[in-house]
Amino acid sequence: MRELIIVGAGPAGITAAVYAARKKIDFMLVTEDIGGQTLLSSDVENYTGYQFITGQDLVAKFEEHLKQFGVEAKTGEPAVRILQAKDGSFTVETKKAAYQAKAVIVASGRRPRWLDAAGEEALRNKGVSYCATCDGPLFSKKHVAVIGGGNSALDAALQMMHIATFVYLIDINPELGGDPIMREKVMAAANAKIFNSAVTKEIRGSQFVEGIRFEQNGVSRDLDVQGVFVEIGSIPNSDIIDFVAKNENGEIIIDNINSTNIAGIFAAGDVTDVPEKQIIVAAGEGAKAVLGVSRYLYKSGA
Amino acid sequence: MAEIRVYSTPTCPYCVRVKNYLKDKNIPFENIDVSSNEEGLAEMVRVSGQMGVPVVLIDGDVIVGFDKEKIDSKLGA
Repeated sequence: MRELIIVGAGPAGITAAVYAARKKIDFMLVTEDIGGQTLLSSDVENYTGYQFITGQDLVAKFEEHLKQFGVEAKTGEPAVRILQAKDGSFTVETKKAAYQAKAVIVASGRRPRWLDAAGEEALRNKGVSYCATCDGPLFSKKHVAVIGGGNSALDAALQMMHIATFVYLIDINPELGGDPIMREKVMAAANAKIFNSAVTKEIRGSQFVEGIRFEQNGVSRDLDVQGVFVEIGSIPNSDIIDFVAKNENGEIIIDNINSTNIAGIFAAGDVTDVPEKQIIVAAGEGAKAVLGVSRYLYKSGA
Repeated sequence: MAEIRVYSTPTCPYCVRVKNYLKDKNIPFENIDVSSNEEGLAEMVRVSGQMGVPVVLIDGDVIVGFDKEKIDSKLGA
């Protein structure tokens, strides 16, 4: 049995791994990929030490740092379930295997929220995308809809205004949120139209996206589009553990040393109820969690 | 040597990762930037039946996304 398993390898999980390696804790890292949501951040301008770096380059730096310690990192092996044993230890089941440890740091991050509209699942990657940065360039000279009204939706709309012929922004709220500067740019664009108080009901298309249907003030409307970018926020990847306390948003509740209500289970980063979802905050939380784990292992005589 | 094509965009992180992965292994491949190559995009949609990038084509077999295991198993076979 290992002393620690770190679940996830975004900024929180990677920083935790670096700290755990330096503390000479016997641990492993299980994760789908290295980088998490940071990979999808285009420009990072608020990570101390870097005045400007792309999310991808920052992840490359993280990975380099991690490799220096010869960490046992199982990539392509996301945790699917965490179980508690009677003796107070834990089992982390991945896609491929099960591993035991005395303590676990859950740093599994967040994933994009789905619309739950008809047709969405069937047309995923067939015109429905959750990443304008990734898939946006495929929609050159096409009509697209961006669903959402916050900063990520505005960012997607601004990106797509330069690529697509026309951009519809479909916002469920009566007024757009997000930063005023971005909002004004979208509102002033000649090739964008905003629909407020609009509830997306259906994404239609046989093989690829052909259009969307939404309701606005009780009226059903239909638009022909070839791409739909869903930017309505994210949800925590906390469903892999069902025996810790979570808040109403499904975020794992932690105290100021990253402990949960279950002794031996720690959590860090965007999966937790720490309100600031920032790369640098997640990294710091990962470091704190390992220091908490280290004390826990010492106290429990492990 | 297997014939490999990578359909990608310059901005997609998984495209960069799949290309770096192949480069690190010294595996030659043809990169098709579907953001600027309309024919390439049409070809990618035709062979993969979808519009997500990256798509890796290894001797005619389609792998969608950066799937290390599938790439390894195709190249090992």
